[in-house]
Amino acid sequence: MSTPEHHEEEPVTKNGFTDPGLAHHRPRRADVEPKADRRAERQVAALFGLSALGTIIAIWAYFGLDAGDGSDVDAVHRMNLWIGIGVFLAMVGIGFGAIHWAKTLMRDHEMVEERHALRTSDENREAAIQNLKDGVTDSGLGTPDEAGTGVKRRSLLKGSLITALAIAPLSVLVPQIGNMGSDWNISKFRHTMWGPGVRLTRDPDGSPIKAADVTIGSVFHVIPEGLNDLEHHEKMAEKAKAVVLLLRLNPEDLKIQEGREDWSFDGVIAYSKICTHVGCPVALYEQQTHHLLCPCHQSTFDVSDGAKVVFGPAKRPLPQLPISVDDDGYIVAQNDFDEPVGPSYWTRLKGDSTTEATSVEEESH
Amino acid sequence: MHAIARRRHHKAAPLLLVLALLALITGVAAIAAPSTAAATETASADDIATGEALFAANCASCHGLDAEGQDGVAPSLVGVGAAAVDFQVGTGRMPMQASGPQAIAKKAQFTQDEIDQLAAWVSSLGAGPAVPTAEQVDASLGDAANGMEVFRTNCAMCHGSIGGGGALTQGKYAPSLLETTPTHIYEAMLTGPQSMPVFNDANITPENKRDVIAYLTAQQEGSPGGLSLGAIGPVSEGFWAWLVLLGLIIGATVWVGARSS
Repeated sequence: MSTPEHHEEEPVTKNGFTDPGLAHHRPRRADVEPKADRRAERQVAALFGLSALGTIIAIWAYFGLDAGDGSDVDAVHRMNLWIGIGVFLAMVGIGFGAIHWAKTLMRDHEMVEERHALRTSDENREAAIQNLKDGVTDSGLGTPDEAGTGVKRRSLLKGSLITALAIAPLSVLVPQIGNMGSDWNISKFRHTMWGPGVRLTRDPDGSPIKAADVTIGSVFHVIPEGLNDLEHHEKMAEKAKAVVLLLRLNPEDLKIQEGREDWSFDGVIAYSKICTHVGCPVALYEQQTHHLLCPCHQSTFDVSDGAKVVFGPAKRPLPQLPISVDDDGYIVAQNDFDEPVGPSYWTRLKGDSTTEATSVEEESH
Repeated sequence: MHAIARRRHHKAAPLLLVLALLALITGVAAIAAPSTAAATETASADDIATGEALFAANCASCHGLDAEGQDGVAPSLVGVGAAAVDFQVGTGRMPMQASGPQAIAKKAQFTQDEIDQLAAWVSSLGAGPAVPTAEQVDASLGDAANGMEVFRTNCAMCHGSIGGGGALTQGKYAPSLLETTPTHIYEAMLTGPQSMPVFNDANITPENKRDVIAYLTAQQEGSPGGLSLGAIGPVSEGFWAWLVLLGLIIGATVWVGARSS
């Protein structure tokens, strides 16, 4: 069809590479077949038409479909779906139509744009360097006046500019560091809301739990009594430390830890819900194996054996909350946890005046 | 021939056959009887007898003829109540198809009448939780918003935020609740099947249980956004965005750059 004129020419060789020249022009089907031309035109028109149809669908869906008051999920779903389909067609129809038009019908010929040299002319380079030099001289910040231009030396400006530049980043850094380190009181990690006589109550409604309510195989998600009375921010901070799981095992299955003989009764036992790895709530309790699984990193604790770690990255057992029953038959804490709950931190084992961190858990590893 | 026959038939097989025959006869009689009411309200002596026969034929090989279980094979069913039987057999978990990390839900192997008869017999062995009434599991009477809060505190860590299910350890898993009937959801909370802990009425009150059912029923109705992608959050949504949507965009880009024929 086309003449292979490019191949007749003498190949140009540059830097050891032969320039293959331009590929010979191959006309598109629409260029040579009037039928294909008309077909492409119809396709483009159809895509634009599809776009118009999409607009109509979107407007129809907005006004024509009834989403009700939002309580009927299917109706909302239907409306979202049709508006989405309409907008999609409206946008995609225009885009694809325009590109199809350009590709099949608009002028099709190869063009060559020669690349310019990247290097600036020597003239411009010299001028740029001279500009910089003039600037330094005019500012008076440079070396003493050698050229004899008569410009005064301005050391006050030099000093104040350097000071301003040096301290400017502080405007961003100080507030950030201030926010980060506003509270360095880590002793509060050591204590929770639990204390002598504090009732174990249900999460979220805060109702107290009778010992008889906890049947074998049960698990209660527990918050300390009075937590719900706190103001929101404080409540969240306290809840994050104080949440507890209350379980009852068949007493035959429960291995009581040494020194904790009176911390549980009749197989009713309570453990902190905060993982000792990085502090996720450990709440996936498998009743048959008595395993407690942390959803974040799969640390697994055996609640029938002091919540010791049987799998995963956690290093210490979950702290146990000593519990008993008060005169009204409700389950209460005997005391706060005897060790800080949750993940390790740098002074965790140092202890303080009121609590002695136990070393029970360290012995098991 | 005798050797093969001895190996293939259990010692109790003749007894089981007789009991099964009895069950069939009583079953046919029960269907043929023109009684309409009071069939499910109270378990009759007939139901209990039929249930016992069904149990002997289908369950006793693991749980024992007296339903007291066998160590390491199957638990005792004395005192588990009708709710446990209705859940385990009604969801097809029992009879168990094969030993494994946990019993898998499949097509129920018995009709609801047979399940009721089995439940009548098992609950006659010792008191246990009963099958909830239709009113107790009526989602339209529950408060889905409160149900969400109860679900989030007690259930979501295993079953996922909308009850889509999730993995546990060593092949065990919390099943999806999106196809579970309200009655079976209620019974599961009440009886704590398999790995699931028990949520008795003192822990989650019957009203709160109904609220949970209302919440899950609302989830079963579908997602207003359309494709929920398992409702497991950024993981599946990321897969969709990166693989499917980005794939489409790359495809469109290739088409834009390709020469027209």
